[in-house]
Amino acid sequence: MAQSSQATGGLGSVPALLLRNAAEFGDKPAYREKEFGIWQSWTWKETEQEIRNLALGLMNLGVNEGDFVAIIGNNRPHLYWGMVAAQWVGAIPVPLYQDSAAEEMAYVLDHCGARFVIAEDQEQVDKVIEVQDRLHQFEHLIYLDPRGMRKYDHAHLHEYTHVQEQGHAARDEFTPELEKRGAKLTYDSVCVMLYTSGTTGKPKGVVLSNRNIIETAKSSAEFDNLTPGEEILAYLPMAWVGDFIFSIGQAFWTGFCVNCPESPDTVAADLREIGPTYYFAPPRVFETQLTNVMIRMEDAGRLKKWLFDTFMAHARRVGPDILDGKPVGAWDRFKYWLGDLFIYGPLKNTLGFSKVRVGYTAGEAIGPEIFDFYRSLGINLKQLYGQTEASVFITVQPDGEVRSDTVGVPAPGVELRIGDSGEVYYRSPGVFEYYFKNEESTKSTKDEEGWVATGDAGFIEPDTGHLRIIDRAKDVGKMVDGSLFAPKYVENKLKFYPNILEAVVFGNNRDKCMAFINIDLSAVGNWAERNNIAYSSYQELAGHPKVYEMIQNHVEEVNASVAQDEMLSGCQVHRFLILHKELDADDGEMTRTRKVRRRIVEEKFADLIEALYGGKTEQYTETEVTYEDGRKGKISATLEIRDAKVVPVTTQKVAAE
Amino acid sequence: MLDATDEGYVTSDGRKIGDVLMEMKNITLRFGGVKAITDISFDIRQGEIRAIIGPNGAGKSSMLNVISGFYVPQEGEVWYKGQKRPQMKPFQVAQLGIARTFQNIALFEGMTVLDNVMTGRLNYMKTNLFQQALWKGKAEEEETKNREVVEKVIDFLEIQSIRKTPVSRLPYGLKKRVELARALAAEPSLLLLDEPMAGMNVEEKEDMSRFVLDVNDEFGTTIALIEHDMGVVMDLSDRVVVMDYGKKIGDGTPDEIRNNQAVIDAYLGVAHD
Repeated sequence: MAQSSQATGGLGSVPALLLRNAAEFGDKPAYREKEFGIWQSWTWKETEQEIRNLALGLMNLGVNEGDFVAIIGNNRPHLYWGMVAAQWVGAIPVPLYQDSAAEEMAYVLDHCGARFVIAEDQEQVDKVIEVQDRLHQFEHLIYLDPRGMRKYDHAHLHEYTHVQEQGHAARDEFTPELEKRGAKLTYDSVCVMLYTSGTTGKPKGVVLSNRNIIETAKSSAEFDNLTPGEEILAYLPMAWVGDFIFSIGQAFWTGFCVNCPESPDTVAADLREIGPTYYFAPPRVFETQLTNVMIRMEDAGRLKKWLFDTFMAHARRVGPDILDGKPVGAWDRFKYWLGDLFIYGPLKNTLGFSKVRVGYTAGEAIGPEIFDFYRSLGINLKQLYGQTEASVFITVQPDGEVRSDTVGVPAPGVELRIGDSGEVYYRSPGVFEYYFKNEESTKSTKDEEGWVATGDAGFIEPDTGHLRIIDRAKDVGKMVDGSLFAPKYVENKLKFYPNILEAVVFGNNRDKCMAFINIDLSAVGNWAERNNIAYSSYQELAGHPKVYEMIQNHVEEVNASVAQDEMLSGCQVHRFLILHKELDADDGEMTRTRKVRRRIVEEKFADLIEALYGGKTEQYTETEVTYEDGRKGKISATLEIRDAKVVPVTTQKVAAE
Repeated sequence: MLDATDEGYVTSDGRKIGDVLMEMKNITLRFGGVKAITDISFDIRQGEIRAIIGPNGAGKSSMLNVISGFYVPQEGEVWYKGQKRPQMKPFQVAQLGIARTFQNIALFEGMTVLDNVMTGRLNYMKTNLFQQALWKGKAEEEETKNREVVEKVIDFLEIQSIRKTPVSRLPYGLKKRVELARALAAEPSLLLLDEPMAGMNVEEKEDMSRFVLDVNDEFGTTIALIEHDMGVVMDLSDRVVVMDYGKKIGDGTPDEIRNNQAVIDAYLGVAHD
């Protein structure tokens, strides 16, 4: 391959990679975006021109070296270009979560002191304008979509294309300076600053250098043999480190094509049209897709249902082995081939996975059933374990060694170490430089030798070398009788049921475990429809006795399975309730990446926890909710509390000592 | 409040409202012995959002049907773009650049959103059935051109995700939006909206209001709308006509209407002595 023959010395920054790509793959598509119903595409040459014009425009507006440029919006080529243009002029791009409220945005914009913001549309512009009085350094706002913007005061507001035009017009004046600034970029200069979603406390700005990004992109691309021919769909938040690595790091390193969906609602259709070869999604996306498939199959005719069930059973039996190249009998192979012709192939096509060569999931544990479903279809879905601080990759699963209960072996260049407390530490070329304006956190996270604490507890399997994650290190606790308490372990088991969207288990320093359950509205709603159960609201459905019955069965099944594990058998759920509202990031109960904020949930629903432990059978509660536009309201409900059967365990304490 | 001179006026948010686009002169409409509209006159100016409000049975929809040429008033004249408009068939009115949406949605339920919106381009299709069947050359070129306009509208109203969905499968709020899309696809100079927010929840109303304002802002389309929701009317419109029992009882800016005693009486009720 072309890139591995080159010395990385000359390619110490993303803009340098851009120039190389424009020269080497000039006429190959670099970006595509569906707009007005058609896939518009830009070659690497055109991309270079677009970014160059924008970079010149930014200089024209007065962007200096070391300035911070915030980027807010959905995945659009122009916003990716905004990041690279900012790098080119020596500034530091800071992508923000596009769905964050104005308040959250204000914190980040103020913390990094962004002088410039590139926003997608009116919605984002409005949010920035709302908080701009509190931002001292803020100067100019550039917007991409002019719709509805005509009446705004344009003193500090600029349309994206105008900035490019002005930059292009002033090219003679600024080009020498741009070249000079571009040449100054090295492996050590800052590539991007990403704010972690902050499961606890305020978000922290993780500073990643060109070395971090390019080294990581290089070794991970080699690990999976990525070529310039790959197609990816960029639909995960731009503020998330994974998207930065895939859509900028790896895309610029290997020169493959990044496709942007038409709108967040059309991702499924766009996925089908593009047919990516390299795909990434959090477990939730796979879960939702599988739930949808199952719901639709429930409604299908009897013959179709029978065909589906029969062939899926066969696929589950032999599919993963065929994928891993293990020996499988000729008759089974033939049946699998038939199934592929009639069921798996069309299904993969519907899901948009026909061409997927490598697929990854990460962020949370994925249910074994879900994982096996996709692998049995012949989709090479693998798990990886990563963090913003590591430029994503800590461990990955190599082809042929894929299992649902581990997260794989250390990625190329990564060293692993398990601390005395069971916490996982790593060291790699991808390890972040520092937390912006937060020396204290930097010190407590990264020691002098470069080892970084992940905050997760886990262990390395002795015979395979695979890493297994148990839980967040700080969430792992002890119960009163001394046995190990790992809530995530139980929650994940609960969440593997399609009817359960979210679960929160309590029990640290207590004698028993209790749980909050969130039902999955689409799955349970469909179930209710088929069973003639009428409901008028989420709350009513969640409180329905039959729903309770169903969830109780799930909880008891989980208890039985938890009891199997000697170390964790104390974590069986004794009592549970179904929450009257979905845990929501807008209410602060979850992070933007949809991880439960345990402390906040504990505080907010203290009355319910008390009722669970107090032995009550129902409890009245009032909860404050925040609507999408930031207004607040209250909902109240009386929740039923149920006991669940637990499996008696005798050997509880052995492992805890 | 406004200097409604012949040259137009400037709204509080700085939009320039131009000449009179349509003028209703002494309109009276009867159905047999029932007088639906009695001697009403008002004008609609270039670029403005003009609302017609009134209690149930006030004659609002009849008025809109007169504007759209569907009803022919027994007395009075309709002037459009400086000319007296003769009696016309609805399709001829459409050719004049007047498009509308309906109170109870009138879409082709079995067709996709895209096809429905394409029907809004009918007046711009010049090729005949034979050419269309062959679909080479001119017909193809024409379809591509019209599809471009339709796609811009789809993008504008943010209905990309339902482009290929049959209308019958859509919820009510989205159907309303598709109707607006079809009307916009005709690139009208005057857009008539018959209760665009009826039956919507607060969020859908907010979305729809935003679209109505954006249409007016982006394309400069003149809009005449009937609406029950007073909050919406007062926020959206530049000038309001108030009707009651087929008569005009008020005409002016939202602020003027709010303080108009006759209007207050009509809405709150008053003892008839």
